[in-house]
Amino acid sequence: MSEAAAAGTGRGYLEERGWRSWAYTLDHKRIGVMYLWATTVFFLLGGLFAMLLRLELLSPQAKYFSHHAYNVFFTLHGAMMIFLFIIPAIPSGLGNFLIPLHLGARDVVFPRLNLASFWIFVAGFLVIIGSLVAPMDTGWTFYTPYSAKTGAAVATLSFGVFLIGMSSILTGLNFIVTIHKLRAPGMTWNRMPLFLWGMYATSIIQVVATPVVGVTFLLLAAERLLGVGFFDPSKGGDPVLFQHFFWFYSHPVVYVMILPAMGIVSEVIPVFSRKPIFGYKAIAYSSLAIAFIGFLVWGHHMFTSGMSPLANAIFSFLTFFVAVPTAVKVFNWIATLYRGSITFESPMLYALTFIFLFIVGGLTGPFLGAMATNVQLHDTYFVVAHFHYTMMGGTVMGFFAGLHYWFPKMTGKMLDEKRARLAWALIFIGFNVTFFTMFIVGVRGMPRRYAEYLPKFQTENVISTIGSAILTIGILVMAWNFVQGLRKGAKAPGNPWRSLTLEWQVASPAPTENFHEIPQVADWPYGYGTRKA
Amino acid sequence: MAHGSRGGTAVYLAVFAGLLALTVVTVLASYVDMGLMNVVVALLIASVKASLVALFFMHLKGESRLVWGFALVPLFFLALIILGTLVDTQLR
Amino acid sequence: MSGGHSAEHHDPVVAFEAAKLGVWTFLATEVLLFGALFTAYTVFRLKFPELFHAEHEKLNRVLGAVNTVVLITSSLTVALGIDAVKRGKARLLQWYFGATIALAGVFLCVKYVEYSEKFHHGLFPGTNIFFSLYYMMTGIHGIHVIAGMGVLGYILVLARRGRFSEAYYTPVEMVGLYWHFVDLVWIYLFPLLYLAG
Repeated sequence: MSEAAAAGTGRGYLEERGWRSWAYTLDHKRIGVMYLWATTVFFLLGGLFAMLLRLELLSPQAKYFSHHAYNVFFTLHGAMMIFLFIIPAIPSGLGNFLIPLHLGARDVVFPRLNLASFWIFVAGFLVIIGSLVAPMDTGWTFYTPYSAKTGAAVATLSFGVFLIGMSSILTGLNFIVTIHKLRAPGMTWNRMPLFLWGMYATSIIQVVATPVVGVTFLLLAAERLLGVGFFDPSKGGDPVLFQHFFWFYSHPVVYVMILPAMGIVSEVIPVFSRKPIFGYKAIAYSSLAIAFIGFLVWGHHMFTSGMSPLANAIFSFLTFFVAVPTAVKVFNWIATLYRGSITFESPMLYALTFIFLFIVGGLTGPFLGAMATNVQLHDTYFVVAHFHYTMMGGTVMGFFAGLHYWFPKMTGKMLDEKRARLAWALIFIGFNVTFFTMFIVGVRGMPRRYAEYLPKFQTENVISTIGSAILTIGILVMAWNFVQGLRKGAKAPGNPWRSLTLEWQVASPAPTENFHEIPQVADWPYGYGTRKA
Repeated sequence: MAHGSRGGTAVYLAVFAGLLALTVVTVLASYVDMGLMNVVVALLIASVKASLVALFFMHLKGESRLVWGFALVPLFFLALIILGTLVDTQLR
Repeated sequence: MSGGHSAEHHDPVVAFEAAKLGVWTFLATEVLLFGALFTAYTVFRLKFPELFHAEHEKLNRVLGAVNTVVLITSSLTVALGIDAVKRGKARLLQWYFGATIALAGVFLCVKYVEYSEKFHHGLFPGTNIFFSLYYMMTGIHGIHVIAGMGVLGYILVLARRGRFSEAYYTPVEMVGLYWHFVDLVWIYLFPLLYLAG
């Protein structure tokens, strides 16, 4: 019986209803969908705080909020976006949904651990929300000594972040073992979809780096509650040690953010160019290289913190190397596009946007990696622009590409393309207007995390805020499109994009058991432009 | 799936004896003043003990290369975080 | 049933190997968790050699050594317990794991004695950097011992219900791996805190 004929009622994994079928589910697809809902809520919440910041930044003086309130807003914006949205969204959201499907498996190797990781995530964000009784004003980086002394509920928040980290670790652990053990017969490593290579590299980072930040938050709580003095100079401690521990995780975590998005781009580009991916092995290994090099460079966040000259020099030198495997990917994607039959459906629009905006963000990295310029640019809006171009222009655009691409497989419905393109255009324009101005004022010396600024920066700030309004409208149009798609989207066929990866060879929405029969894999999934596709 | 356990008990007891002996050695060595070498000796002995536990109690001996990889790769990152931090803190 | 389980899940060899990889991955996270603490230790030991020398004398070397022997013995009992179940001797498994839990309890009692003694002498986590490290490192290790007792106890309960045999003992071996790791960490903590000043 073909997969399509076995589709039955057409609701696939969504067949079973009732809250218990979700809360106690062991189905990776449902767990992934729950993560997607949760992270979407935090994306919107984090965005709300951003808009409060942009509102305040319309004027050089602090007009609407106190300085303390402003500090709380940028802390919550950063912490929510990073810990509750961008780290879990693609790995735990899309990754959970897709990995077994991509592998030709029925589920991940530890389904109960998977469910546990989701509920630990929920516990974590509930504790974090609990800490809002005395909200953080330290910046998302929680540097000591201020974080050890501020009146905010740091210990509570630390525990919440610890739980979120545990969730991340368990997800990464699950994915690593699943990819090793549950590949379908015939699926060698070099026949896996590139999204899996990205997820594998991501999972290694999650497993190795997250424990360090976990224990760091524990030590911060211990500093506040037990008087432990690792980061307290008056006790012989070193506040820069906190930074070492914090960035040992937080630098590699930016690759947790970007590698899955790059994996999505590697999936989407060949499909909508009707061409095989160029340089499969180079892209696959570059994911591992990025993960590895990413561990060697954490000190580049600390050039102005008083590190030794040798440490500064080594971290700066190593920082440049991460550009190499990154560029390998970019060139391979472009080579894939070259002479392809390119169409511009919404997944492709976002994938192409990723490449463009990520290049901008990536090229501004070396300015920060070079010590001489770093001294000028550290803690200015140049940095803010750099990471928004890479994280939002990169990861979030990749995430949007993935949402649009896999919407039919997750929901069994198609999105309205016109609305999707309208949203895309508003997002693209709004994003660039919001963030490009930040490079300019950053170079001119506007510091980040200040509620007030010199009047000479006002024009760009007003422009940026207007851009953020356009961006917000675009995101709301996109959200509305998703809602309408869920409610009354056209019924999706099994393979609307004529893609070759395994999830598209089953019905939409995906069947509960994924595959009627475990597939036998004979080839890689990128044979586009041949007789097969 | 079951590893050979003929003589398994004997091996475990031998390892146990070795661990106890090394514990005695390391305690005794701590009473001898060797200056900086005290830490080196202590860590060396600890590493031998750790290897015994890992190889025999944790059955690493005879495991696949993949499992060895999972066991050893974290040690690289452990060295990295210690050395990377020391490059800063020691040379300021 | 929600969440289809692949045929591979029911292949015992794959399941065992997968569980093993899972536990070693988890142990990797523990290496890095303790690793940050060992990093702090190294940094501060190099910064305050005299403090470390003076303060470490205040630790009870004998009790530390006793705890080392206790943990090493508990690793032996775990290994013997797994060996027993591999040979189909489920009752012996129960005995050995019971002994392991008892030894873990002894370890915690000794730590309780040590901590109370320190508190009595006014040595708290905030007293100085050495004792911050001592309490944080042995404390977090202690939490792992407690958690270990929990999972060992769970295995014991399942063993009493006849869950394990020479055909299936995966959870036993996995818990064993975790427990050996707890022993491993102490093998390093003991000399670094108690011996090498």
